[in-house]
Amino acid sequence: MMSADFSSQLESLRPQLLKYARLQLRNEAWAEDAVSETLLAALEKPQAFAGQSQLKTWLVGILRHKLVDQIRRNSREMSLTAEDGEDLDDLLFKPDGHWAEMPADWGDPEQALRQAEFMRVLEACVDHLPGQQGRLFMMREWLELDTTEICKVLGISSTNLWVMLHRARLRLRDCLQAHWFTGQVS
Amino acid sequence: MKLIRTCREVTALALRAEDEALPLGDRLAVMLHLPICKACTRFKAQLGLMRAASQQWRRYSETLGETASED
Repeated sequence: MMSADFSSQLESLRPQLLKYARLQLRNEAWAEDAVSETLLAALEKPQAFAGQSQLKTWLVGILRHKLVDQIRRNSREMSLTAEDGEDLDDLLFKPDGHWAEMPADWGDPEQALRQAEFMRVLEACVDHLPGQQGRLFMMREWLELDTTEICKVLGISSTNLWVMLHRARLRLRDCLQAHWFTGQVS
Repeated sequence: MKLIRTCREVTALALRAEDEALPLGDRLAVMLHLPICKACTRFKAQLGLMRAASQQWRRYSETLGETASED
C-alpha cells in the first residue's frame, strides 16, 4: 500500500529534481517529462526503495536514466540548438600562443569546496553555459557518461564533442573566476 | 612530433585530458612544458579544482539539495 507520506515526500523533492532536469535538458517540456517519468517509476515500484538510506539519492538515480532517455529521444532537435561560436581562446592567448594574462591562483580546493555557497555559484555558472555546451558538460560531469557514450547517444563526432567541452570548461572557469575567486582570495 | 608546445596548445591538451587519455607524445609535451611554465601550472590546478568541484556537486545534488547551508 502506498502511504500518503511517501507521496508527499516525492512531491516535496520534485522541485529539486526539476532543477537538475532543466540544467541537463535545457528545455522545459522535456524536463517536466523526465521528472514525471521519474516520479511515476518511483510510485510504481516503491518497494525498490526499501533499504535505501536516502530517498533523494534513489530518485536522482532514477532521474539520471530518464534524462538519458530524453536525450536519446530528442537528440536531433538538440543538435539544432544554435551554438554561439565565440572562442574564449582568442581572448586568453596572445597571437604567439602565450597567456595574455596570468591565470589566478585559486588557492586550496578544500577551502572552496567546503562551502555550500560555492555549490550555488557552480550551479549558476553551469546554468549560464550556452544550450548544447551546457548539455554536453552535464552529460559528462553530472551524468558521468564517457565521451564514447555521449557521441553515440547524440550522434555527434568526437571532434565536435571535444571542441564543445573545451569551450564549456573555459567558460565555466571564466564564470567561477568572476563570481567566486575574485574577491575571495586575497 | 613537436615536443615544444605553446601555452595555448598545452592548455588545449590539458582540457582534453579531462575527457580522454592523451596520446603518448602529447603527454610528454605537457610534462615537459609544465615545470617551466607557472601560468599553465596554475591553469592545470584550476582544472583540478573544477574536477573536484564537479564530483562534490554530484554528491551534493543527491543528498543535500537546497536545504544545505553552512553559513
